[in-house]
Amino acid sequence: MASYSTNEFRGGLKIMLDGDPYNIIENEFVKPGKGQAFNRVKIRNLKTGRVIDKTFKSGESVEAADVVDTDMQYLYTDGEFWYFMDPDSFEQVSAGETAVADAIKWLKEQDTCLVTLWNGVPLSVTPPNFVELRVTMTEPGVRGDTATGATKPAQVESGAEVKVPLFVEEGDVLKIDTRTGEYVSRVKE
Amino acid sequence: MISNDWRPTALRGAIQARARMLQDIRAFFDVRDVLEVETPMLGHFGASDPNIANLVVRDEEGERYLQTSPEYAMKRMLAAGSGDIYQITRAFRANETGGRHNPEFSILEWYRLGMDHHALMMEVDDLFQELLSAYLHQARDEYTYQQLFENYLDLDLQSSSLQELRAKADKLGLMPKGSLDRDGLLDLLMSLAIIPQLPEGRLTFVHAWPESQASLARNLPDQPGYSARFEVYYGDLELANGFWELSDAKEQALRLEADNERRAQLGLPGIPADTFLLSALQSGMPDCAGVAVGLDRLLMVLQGAEQISDVMNFPWDRS
Repeated sequence: MASYSTNEFRGGLKIMLDGDPYNIIENEFVKPGKGQAFNRVKIRNLKTGRVIDKTFKSGESVEAADVVDTDMQYLYTDGEFWYFMDPDSFEQVSAGETAVADAIKWLKEQDTCLVTLWNGVPLSVTPPNFVELRVTMTEPGVRGDTATGATKPAQVESGAEVKVPLFVEEGDVLKIDTRTGEYVSRVKE
Repeated sequence: MISNDWRPTALRGAIQARARMLQDIRAFFDVRDVLEVETPMLGHFGASDPNIANLVVRDEEGERYLQTSPEYAMKRMLAAGSGDIYQITRAFRANETGGRHNPEFSILEWYRLGMDHHALMMEVDDLFQELLSAYLHQARDEYTYQQLFENYLDLDLQSSSLQELRAKADKLGLMPKGSLDRDGLLDLLMSLAIIPQLPEGRLTFVHAWPESQASLARNLPDQPGYSARFEVYYGDLELANGFWELSDAKEQALRLEADNERRAQLGLPGIPADTFLLSALQSGMPDCAGVAVGLDRLLMVLQGAEQISDVMNFPWDRS
């Protein structure tokens, strides 16, 4: 089984701890001139998202977590699972609700998402930074109002609700930043 | 890991500040009539301290050790009658890479005849007052190792058992996997619980370290179980380590042996006892105190740097 020495610790490295996969966020080497060396690390549990601090004796080895980030195409959901496909191998994986989590409201069929796989099973799904989604429901648009900065809620096809400018109409396609959930622009078709 | 960037990492100003610092240090010792010396960076013998890993260099004749500090060689000079001496050189410690560590680093080491560790601490303070005056906002703090634990962790080392130390480390969320002996636990609490609390903008002197961590300091006759070792911190940054030096050849030989026993337990390679050092001590080394200062760390203070690479041109991944 692959393992890492504490000498190899750095941000982004995936390790196993008490049966769970973790991502190293920060690693600090702590050593008195004379005395025992330690690595103090900040790590994120990739299953729960919880961040903890942990100490390792320097020089010890830690099991590597078989965690890989892969670009995959979102196919569909059957309500229980969300299905993704590797565009190269055409292999499909199904992600449960905890893995999809907040990404749910941005998923559009055919879009490419970053799927984090642990031993081949999806741990988490990150939607593209920008998605283009059609407005399915909003109050009628106010023509010409492009300057006031006032907003109204609009529902988009993936189910998310976004604050949009007053001129946006149902059927418009919007560019949205999924990291902030904010409206970016209207997309001309 | 090797960087793919060829450029120096030193902050603007750090290169000039280093040159100025070296001039100031030489002026400091010139006034005090302490002689600058050089000793080899590559020696037949390495450091036996189980917590220090040597870098080894090979040629057709055999192996040589890159020196982890110039201590052994400087003591041979003292035994040969050099009088007060100082050295500015590079030292090497394998595997020590981090925000405050580089395996190759600059060290200032000096020895003063007739001084004990208290007198030398005063001189270290004098030097730091000259070099760091603009960065010292408060008078220095001074603690014994025991007082430090009592003050910052409410732990009485005299009475606390191994279990109590472990319970403390557990409570603070610091315990690593696997076992730690008493010294390992003390190091853990010191490094991760006490030192981070030391006040900023101020020097903290800590003396009378446990005998088990005496290193090359003599044991304190009036304080059984403790030794004449001291450390100096600026805020939470360790700057210096010094001793009222052990000059007893027999005791020194026993400590080297004990180091190697410990190394064997830990599965580390044994380091042959430095017979030059032992012979020098047998011939008689004058009573003295000595101290080593990390010069890159001093520069970090002078530059307000967070990372040691901010004050080095080419740190480990660019060397």
